[in-house]
Amino acid sequence: MIDARRLSLYVPEPEVRPGNKPDFSHVTIPKAGSVRRPDIDADPESIRDLAFSIIRVLNRDGEAVGPWAGSLTNEELMEGLKHMMLLRTFDQRMLMAQRQGKTSFYMQHLGEEAVSCAFRRALAPGDMNFPTYRQAGLLIAGGYPMVEMMNQIYSNDADPLKGRQLPVMYSSKEHGFFSISGNLGTQFVQSVGWAMASAIKNDTKIAAGWIGDGSTAESDFHAALVFASTYRAPVILNVVNNQWAISTFQGIARGGSGTFAARGLGFGIASLRVDGNDYLAVHAVAKWAAERARSNIGPTLIEYVTYRVGAHSTSDDPSAYRPKEESEAWPLGDPVIRLKNHLIRIGTWSDERHKQMEAEIRDTVVAAQKEAERHGTLHSGGRPSMRDMFEGVYAEMPPHLKRQRQKAGV
Amino acid sequence: MTMIEAIRSAIDVSMGHDESVVVFGEDVGYFGGVFRCTQGLQQKYGKTRCFDTPISESGIVGTAIGMASYGLKPCIEIQFADYMYPAYDQLTQEAARLRYRSNGDFTCPMVVRMPTGGGIFGGQTHSQSPEALFTHVCGLQVVVPSNPYDAKGLLIASIENPDPVIFLEPKRLYNGPFDGHHERPVTSWAGHALGDVPDDYYSVPLGKAVVRREGSAVTILAYGTMVHVAEATAEEVGIDAEVIDLRTLVPLDLDTILASVKKTGRCMVLHEATLTSGFGAELVSLVQEHCFYHLEAPITRVAGWDTPYPHAQEWDYFPGPARVGQALRDMMEA
Repeated sequence: MIDARRLSLYVPEPEVRPGNKPDFSHVTIPKAGSVRRPDIDADPESIRDLAFSIIRVLNRDGEAVGPWAGSLTNEELMEGLKHMMLLRTFDQRMLMAQRQGKTSFYMQHLGEEAVSCAFRRALAPGDMNFPTYRQAGLLIAGGYPMVEMMNQIYSNDADPLKGRQLPVMYSSKEHGFFSISGNLGTQFVQSVGWAMASAIKNDTKIAAGWIGDGSTAESDFHAALVFASTYRAPVILNVVNNQWAISTFQGIARGGSGTFAARGLGFGIASLRVDGNDYLAVHAVAKWAAERARSNIGPTLIEYVTYRVGAHSTSDDPSAYRPKEESEAWPLGDPVIRLKNHLIRIGTWSDERHKQMEAEIRDTVVAAQKEAERHGTLHSGGRPSMRDMFEGVYAEMPPHLKRQRQKAGV
Repeated sequence: MTMIEAIRSAIDVSMGHDESVVVFGEDVGYFGGVFRCTQGLQQKYGKTRCFDTPISESGIVGTAIGMASYGLKPCIEIQFADYMYPAYDQLTQEAARLRYRSNGDFTCPMVVRMPTGGGIFGGQTHSQSPEALFTHVCGLQVVVPSNPYDAKGLLIASIENPDPVIFLEPKRLYNGPFDGHHERPVTSWAGHALGDVPDDYYSVPLGKAVVRREGSAVTILAYGTMVHVAEATAEEVGIDAEVIDLRTLVPLDLDTILASVKKTGRCMVLHEATLTSGFGAELVSLVQEHCFYHLEAPITRVAGWDTPYPHAQEWDYFPGPARVGQALRDMMEA
């Protein structure tokens, strides 16, 4: 007899919705220092467990513990704190500028600053990132001028991208920052191609692809893993799991795979999961993966477990789909406060110095903003020319575009 | 040379000429491609410059974009134009716009070769002509050769080009010219003037059309396989048509088109792709815009029907000599 029971469709739901008490009891957090550190040439098969745990260095007392500790000097850590604070202040000023109508759109990093700021330090000059819109820390920590970022956000007459791109879709080859498309997932596989090119040319450079938890569902994610695996491309494939893809919780993209890092296992790619709010852990894991890539051993998939404290963008209102208090309940804390506490704990930092640096950073960012605004903002002051709109579609302007430009009267 | 040999020769001399040229796609490495266009290249240049890929068109194009932005010049193959759809996002929103959106910080010099068109009983998934899906995308260039000499020269020019080029190879022309008379024995490129292809490096510039047959009664705008159908049909029906082989759809050689239509006063647009919103619509629009007062009859389009490319009814679908000839006669009476 055939069992004639009717089927029913399973649709995952987050633990809580607005009005409920935040609950992260399902997120298992291992003790800091408890996850082993394999050699960089480890067989991916032998480290499968690292795709299901969370590599952490900073413990609750602000101590750096375990085998992943010690990848940065105290000076580097203080600089790292400064980078994260710069990014946070930059975000605050630009969010305000958006509210003031100086630009159309902005995307902040609140709660995720450690991921891109610490990762940047694990790369060498000439390496190339293929970022999403929430890795501006790669630019900040790489020394890219903030005023250039603001010029881009304002689409003013000094915008390095001539007003052609949505705010925050920066591009800087010089700073190892590939032009952000604004499409989701497409650039993950491009990073693999860039890395393959470096290997084809027997170069020493490596690439890093970036994607969010939600976009791992795109076919480009799968293509990237296939190509990276097949050709053992010198690439680091970064998945930033900030729990939310606009209003969609990470369970919709993750399905039954347990973790996003586990997606790499079927491809035979070394796959690690790391505390994304732990600057030291992010750097240590990124450095491990960078050494592995640069030693021609192959790709690494890293899942950063973090939380998007802010809205997805200035066009989003998270209170419509998640409890307002959820970010405070997030068990991995705040990356800036955690690094600050660590530096105080080891005696190289203090609350006073922190306050002082906050003030200095605010001054720095405000000064950059003033300079950028001298070149105009989206609706006032200098702006890219209409004539320039027709340039750069091709290296050489074809006849039909010349005719159109003429028709437009520029 | 056949068109296959000409294409292979173009890639060969380009790889010899420029070390940054790399070639990959499904079955292109060891085996040399299902149409054999890359045969022998892996043996000659090594497997890091010519290799097989997973069956993933978005992966092939996506990695090629990454390589191009690094500084290589990928010349990649999509096994059939019909297979390009998974890569369409990468082509239209990534390759096509990289230069523009980064203000030249990153560029994408890349050639995407794909066999196009019907005539080999390929059915609906091995016969399509998707050129209009590319001509509509700013940032892409679209090339369709009609013979071995042009195929080699245009492919070399495409590889030299600093921006992405979609290179559509009419697969029915791979082994010989085809005038649409499928019932007749197949012909070969041997002995055809345009099958005489130099072994060395030369290019045919993008954006330049060529008059294949001079005439005074009507201008026929065609590309790829339809160039041969147009030439043959003009002879058969005894109408002194001027046949223009566009060779490149973007950028388009409007000057050559307008000069001819102003001379003949009549214009027919031919393509194998489906009619509605086909590239022919763009040609008709441009011709009427620029030649309206020279026209003695409405501009006519002859194209594939607006149906999927059928298998058994391939020759009922194909805009062959009967349909083209009738349309020519009708035009001359108009």
